[in-house]
Amino acid sequence: MSATLEVRNLRTHFHTRAGVVKAVDDVSFSVDAGQVLGLVGESGSGKSVTGFSIIGLIDPPGRLAGGSIFYRGQDLAKISEREMRSLRGNRIAMIFQDPMMTLNPVLRIDTQMIETVQAHVNVSKAEARARARDALGMVGIPSPEERLNAYPHQFSGGMRQRVAIAIALLHNPDLLIADEPTTALDMTIQAQILAEVQKLTAEHGTALIWITHDLSVIAGLADRIAVMYAGRVVETGEAADVLDHPVHPYTHGLIGSVPSRNHRGERLRQIPGMTPSLLSLAPGCAFRSRCAHATDACAQEPPVTETSPGHTARCFHPVSS
Amino acid sequence: MFTWLLRRLFQACFVVLAMTVIVFVGVHVIGNPVDILISPEADQAERARVIAAFGLDQPLWKQYALFLNGLLHGDLGRSFVFNEPALRLIGGRMPATLELAVTAVLMSVGFGVPLGLYAGLKPNGFIGRSIMAGSILGFSLPTFWVGLMLIMVFAVTLGWLPSTGRGETGELFGLRWSFLTWDGLRHMAMPALNLSLYNISLVLRLTRAGVRETLLMDYIKFARAKGLSPARVIFVHVLKNIMIPITTVVGLELGSTIAFAVVTESVFAWPGMGKLIIDSINVLDRPVIVAYLMMIVVIFITINLVVDILYTVLDPRVRLETKA
Repeated sequence: MSATLEVRNLRTHFHTRAGVVKAVDDVSFSVDAGQVLGLVGESGSGKSVTGFSIIGLIDPPGRLAGGSIFYRGQDLAKISEREMRSLRGNRIAMIFQDPMMTLNPVLRIDTQMIETVQAHVNVSKAEARARARDALGMVGIPSPEERLNAYPHQFSGGMRQRVAIAIALLHNPDLLIADEPTTALDMTIQAQILAEVQKLTAEHGTALIWITHDLSVIAGLADRIAVMYAGRVVETGEAADVLDHPVHPYTHGLIGSVPSRNHRGERLRQIPGMTPSLLSLAPGCAFRSRCAHATDACAQEPPVTETSPGHTARCFHPVSS
Repeated sequence: MFTWLLRRLFQACFVVLAMTVIVFVGVHVIGNPVDILISPEADQAERARVIAAFGLDQPLWKQYALFLNGLLHGDLGRSFVFNEPALRLIGGRMPATLELAVTAVLMSVGFGVPLGLYAGLKPNGFIGRSIMAGSILGFSLPTFWVGLMLIMVFAVTLGWLPSTGRGETGELFGLRWSFLTWDGLRHMAMPALNLSLYNISLVLRLTRAGVRETLLMDYIKFARAKGLSPARVIFVHVLKNIMIPITTVVGLELGSTIAFAVVTESVFAWPGMGKLIIDSINVLDRPVIVAYLMMIVVIFITINLVVDILYTVLDPRVRLETKA
């Protein structure tokens, strides 16, 4: 069976006055139906740009500079904007980080939901409204019929994210891209939203790409993990494998910097230095200036090596643990 | 809502009252109408008779008290020059100014919003840049000069449009309006364009700025991620958001367009209130000046009230509360 989404050697570049920013540079991964891929990385590592590249919403000065995005065997990098639009919000949906900003403040919830239904299927307004109401009920919004008439500012942050999820799931998409949808929420709400998305995507066999910088969120959710650094996937593998036996020094550092109960009283380990500017990236491994294992060899482009079946890293000096 | 309205009306009354004091004192400072109204050959007895007839022999506070008393009875005094009630005099000229100002403001929205939308969506294109450059001209060219140029080009050289007057008028609600006849519309075209040029530039720039800002919002990206057509995103999601600042400015501009149509009315000999007020100031016809200013205040207050109510329609987050 072919994957729902297969991204191959994706490159997304931003052509700014100061130079070319390679926000996404040779990224490959795939997600199967019903599977959850965790895309992990610091801010600026290119994980959100990867998400927007897939759904075709990269705005100038950015553009796809190469690679393919196969959705059910069809290359999204090559189809027209019109064809892309018929997939967007329909077969491929996305939810955003800040629920306070994703809903249009001057339009009622029903307007924003009905337009989404009618953008893809030819149904009456009453039918579209009924579907919108059912979707709201599905994501756990009480008395959905009345809430349809509300405006976004009448909802709390968590409720707004539920509305955004309801909108994204209106057409039972094959692929859902979730761009840090719980980062802006309270811990308790975060857990609820997480459970909700997990349940709904599992029910419909939706492939899910969960973009986050928070390893603790991804641990219980993802089937596979891809760790991004400076526009590249530096390590990828089964979630448990990557979290328990990280091989790339960066993944190591990332896991080490998560507070945990097991190491109470110890100082948290930090990754020294800062993420490099993507504008002036020297060739070779982008992490080498912060890496304890770096040698002269790291000035060359590290190859992708398979350290164990299904577990790959882009490093000359994989760490064994 | 009701208490809010009541409060606003109370505030409005207070503003009007404050304005009467300012206006009344103001016009008494700028000059003595007696010097202009009474012929130099008149003898002392004649002078005293006229002064007494206009009530100018009374002390200022008493004149003000008389004026307030008249105001309560809907009487703003009689014009020294025309010997007609000032209010009727202004009322007779009002339709001309009103239709000119409203047409100008409608034109500023009709031209300004689409042009600004285009310039906002294609900020780096040749046409987008040209629109912005043109708007600077609209801001900075003096109205009277543009008016004269319009007359020279369209009336003198090309002979397409008449250059002065209101032309034929039709009757509606017992008042004479130019927009009801083809000839009247032809007469109105140039003065309305002249008057709207500044407002077009203003609305255009405001629209462009609003579009540029709104396009960056997450909810626009989300709307696109829903698979909506670009037309729906622009005309519903973007436009509805930028209508809020535009409504404010258009409301305020309608007030100032009515109040400051003076220059355009003078250039095109448009018989409106602006021309009347200029003539009245020249001869220090106090009651007309005072009545005119009072009316402008009331117009401004009314427009602001309407704009506030419109907000609640446009922006669901705004509710008219009794607390400020």
